[in-house]
Amino acid sequence: MHLSVHGVSKSFGEGRQAKLVLDDISFSIKSGEFVALVGSSGSGKSTVMRLIAGLERPSAGVIALDGQSVRGPGSDRGMVFQKYSLYPWMTAAQNVAFGMSLQGLPRPLVRERTAYFLEVVGLQDAARRLPKELSGGMQQRVAIARALAADPKVVLLDEPFGALDLQIRESMQEFLYQLWQRSGLTALLITHDLEEALLLAQRVHIMAPRPGRIVRTVEADLDRSNLPHLRMSAPFLELREELVTTLRNLDAAAS
Amino acid sequence: MRFSERPALRSPWLLGPLGIAAVLLAWSLISLSGAVDPLFLPSPPAVWQAVVEQFQEGILVADAIASIRRVFLGFALSAALALPLGIAMGSNPLICRLLEPLLGLIRYMPAPAFIPLLIIYFGLGELPKVLLIFIGTFFFNTLMIMDAVKFVPQELLETALTLGGRGLPILTRVVAPYIAPQVIDAYRINMASAWNLVIVAELVAANEGLGKRISLAQRFLRTDEIFVGLIVIGLIGLLIDLGFRAVLRRSCRWAS
Ligand SMILES: Nc1ncnc2c1ncn2[C@@H]1O[C@H](COP(=O)(O)OP(=O)(O)O)[C@@H](O)[C@H]1O
Ligand SMILES: [Mg+2]
Repeated sequence: MHLSVHGVSKSFGEGRQAKLVLDDISFSIKSGEFVALVGSSGSGKSTVMRLIAGLERPSAGVIALDGQSVRGPGSDRGMVFQKYSLYPWMTAAQNVAFGMSLQGLPRPLVRERTAYFLEVVGLQDAARRLPKELSGGMQQRVAIARALAADPKVVLLDEPFGALDLQIRESMQEFLYQLWQRSGLTALLITHDLEEALLLAQRVHIMAPRPGRIVRTVEADLDRSNLPHLRMSAPFLELREELVTTLRNLDAAAS
Repeated sequence: MRFSERPALRSPWLLGPLGIAAVLLAWSLISLSGAVDPLFLPSPPAVWQAVVEQFQEGILVADAIASIRRVFLGFALSAALALPLGIAMGSNPLICRLLEPLLGLIRYMPAPAFIPLLIIYFGLGELPKVLLIFIGTFFFNTLMIMDAVKFVPQELLETALTLGGRGLPILTRVVAPYIAPQVIDAYRINMASAWNLVIVAELVAANEGLGKRISLAQRFLRTDEIFVGLIVIGLIGLLIDLGFRAVLRRSCRWAS
């Protein structure tokens, strides 16, 4: 699996009203990698994700998955939104099964895989509950299970924990990291939370706004055997401090 | 209470019947006191007597059936056509641009104003009455369904796309279940106008029906029969409303 974003620009609007939102974005992700895009709100992160998902078309440049240029949405690129994305009338299990069922997988297989992925996210006991009966963290785990169950080549996560309380967010970050380690999934995480990006991703692209562009790329070679410990460790804090300064200067320059 | 912080009553469901009982009591007291001529305000027993008479003669049931049938036919036609049109307008901006101004305009033409035209076109039979109910509810039904479709959260549609969904399955498996509660509620609200319109149509011209009975009663100064008509019309309307609410509760547990 190889996802490449090459020279991608995006403007919204026509003629004089046209607004350049992304300027010449390039990066790529290989099988099994965990990559993050970080930037302040409005720097175009979600737009990058929507372009990769095929929900928008680039104004210039090419996005290709395994050499095939992306032309629209498809189940090879799974997506997890910040919120509101579970189907409220479906139980947790029905939500997880939905993609497989849309793709026409045989029923016994759907049932088996649904049970499996609910277990992967630790929600086998909540299978029959409606989204409104689940906590925010549980809802996002269902959304992740649903994305994984559709068997995508890459999972795109757009601020998946942004709406959660701090404590739950930390445990969800650990959950996502372990999931990535165990299942070998390929993930692109979008966040405005630098700590989250550094904690989870092997490579972090930092974006600046107006127009959105990648200003720096960091290889975060950190020892992730103990995430709670890593949050407090000196190399992590140093790296975070340095990047926070970078981001702050960017915002100051832009405003 | 929506606007204040009063503690909830222990049995708030009693309040509704209590309100009705209070009005009944006031009515009985006024007519017992003899302050108002019974010609204008018949007593509760007199109205009950009229109910029994009309029921025994069979006209009460025949009238009710005639009115309900018209409402049912006109509204079923309206609901059945509004659903696909509302969905088409809500999901396709071009269709919406084309039709929304037109429907928005017709919606503000009072349906009873179409009665003379309907009589000229279709005479005095059942068809013009059914069509009146159709005209009076179709545009509201359509526009309300259109709005429901427009407000289906983008994330739900986009999630389906990224899960491998396309066109029709997204319509039937995402849009339809999401708007179901709002469609049922739109039908419930517009059913009230259908019920109003059938009475108006029957006041103008009909051989039977609850509205017809009221206008006959007026001719013979039978206020007791007018009261019967009003109360029966109200009760049937209430039952229909409760029916829609029950369907909503049953079918859309997630939305409550
Ligand atoms: N469909 C759109 N039409 C016009 N402007 C848009 C659209 N989507 C995003 N934008 C603009 O693009 C910029 C980046 O938005 P977004 O990608 O959501 O940023 P982020 O996710 O980093 O907060 C914002 O200024 C936003 O207003
Ligand atoms: Mg965003």
